[in-house]
Amino acid sequence: MSFPSNLRYTKDHEWISLNGNVATVGITDFAQHELGDIVYVDISTVGKALNAEEVFGTVEAVKTVSDLFLPVAGTITEVNPLLEKQPELVNNDPYGDGWMIRLTVNNPADVEGLLDAAGYQSLVG
Amino acid sequence: MKNTPFTQKHIALGAKMAEFAGYNMPISYSGINDEHATVRNNAGIFDVSHMGEFILKGENALDLIQRVTSNDASKLTNGKAQYSCLPNNEGGIVDDLLVYCIEENKTYMLVVNASNIEKDWNWISAHNTKAVEMHNISDKTCLLAIQGPNATKILQPLTEIDILNMKYYTFAKGNFAGVDNVLISATGYTGAGGVEIYFEDKDDAAEKIWNAIFEIGTPQGLKPIGLGARDTLRLEMGFCLYGNDIDDTTSPLEAGLGWITKFTKDFTSKSIFEKQKAEGVSKKLVGFEMMERGIPRHDYLIKDAAGNVIGKVTSGTQAPSLGKAIGLGYATTAHAVLDTEIFVEIRNNAVKAKVVKFPFE
Repeated sequence: MSFPSNLRYTKDHEWISLNGNVATVGITDFAQHELGDIVYVDISTVGKALNAEEVFGTVEAVKTVSDLFLPVAGTITEVNPLLEKQPELVNNDPYGDGWMIRLTVNNPADVEGLLDAAGYQSLVG
Repeated sequence: MKNTPFTQKHIALGAKMAEFAGYNMPISYSGINDEHATVRNNAGIFDVSHMGEFILKGENALDLIQRVTSNDASKLTNGKAQYSCLPNNEGGIVDDLLVYCIEENKTYMLVVNASNIEKDWNWISAHNTKAVEMHNISDKTCLLAIQGPNATKILQPLTEIDILNMKYYTFAKGNFAGVDNVLISATGYTGAGGVEIYFEDKDDAAEKIWNAIFEIGTPQGLKPIGLGARDTLRLEMGFCLYGNDIDDTTSPLEAGLGWITKFTKDFTSKSIFEKQKAEGVSKKLVGFEMMERGIPRHDYLIKDAAGNVIGKVTSGTQAPSLGKAIGLGYATTAHAVLDTEIFVEIRNNAVKAKVVKFPFE
């Protein structure tokens, strides 16, 4: 199970990486492992401004449906186009090609308030 | 939570475990898609020891079975099994089950769903007015399903019973992997072929049989399979799962189980079913595939093009062998027609689907 130290994490098992005021969000290695084979990522919130912890989409494994929660407030600008045809990227590369959305964050400092790698690891450990 | 004799094996193999019908059961090992493909293309082993087994014995055993089940068990000869259901008094289904004819007119085994063991036992007992000897052997009976096109070829060296040529829904008793009195049955709920083996959990039989199957099977690609893939495999075949697709409120005729509802004998709710057969039912279980992106799930609403609710999804998944999303659900009879366009409400969106035939393809 990997927990990259350059990312921040939520208790809902999303990760976020920040570059200026643009953030990339996905689900953690722990989350993809718990869910099992991911078969569908349904995100239809591009262009929407959402608050922290609002649902931005849904991830479906063979047997389960789970909501995806936005780590910090912002406006969603992009969905990973690869996931349409290859949802299994979320299993195979959760922190890389399996990323889910990009957003413009309202307040970059919000990201600092999330869990760091050690904090998240102790949460799921 | 109860364990099966194989629970520690599953945990040692790294299975994802969860409670199912009061048992600690393996949900998946390598991943549902991989396990599903293993069964469709080669062979996989399922521990389904949580299921229930009753022995009914005596001169009135067949009479009791005939009165409580919908299929005609008088057609069974020694070594034959049949799929059937236990109707309730309101024309619903207490459970679906297998009836095994061990000795014609004398000894039968009923195999029931784990979640319904107590309910079924009480139901059949309440109808046992002619002193049929009944034994609930569920707790001491192990059941392994070895399913897939190569399952019988892999297992054949472990037994003298000719399982390679065993006909579907027949069975025999004999020695398997050094254990006597094992019942081997050409049945299973995957549509992939293979056998199910029943044996008593005593004298290390569970350990012996499990180890023998893995020893001979692992080099040939046999893998352990969890309940997750069991569900996707049965769903691709359009087989009903009790509690999802059939229950106390659905009639066998609504569920497409008219073929196990025989009016050649008297049984619970026969007159209700006769009336339904004559007049038609108002809703029917249909299979459908999604024409647009989305996965149907249990309890999602089914609508017509105008947005009227016409039914409910009872089972749904992304079908691993087919690469598309499929489901089962009840729809009003007018919509339960092949190729009819229906809509599944997924997160407030009406997503287009089409009624298709079984098995899904």
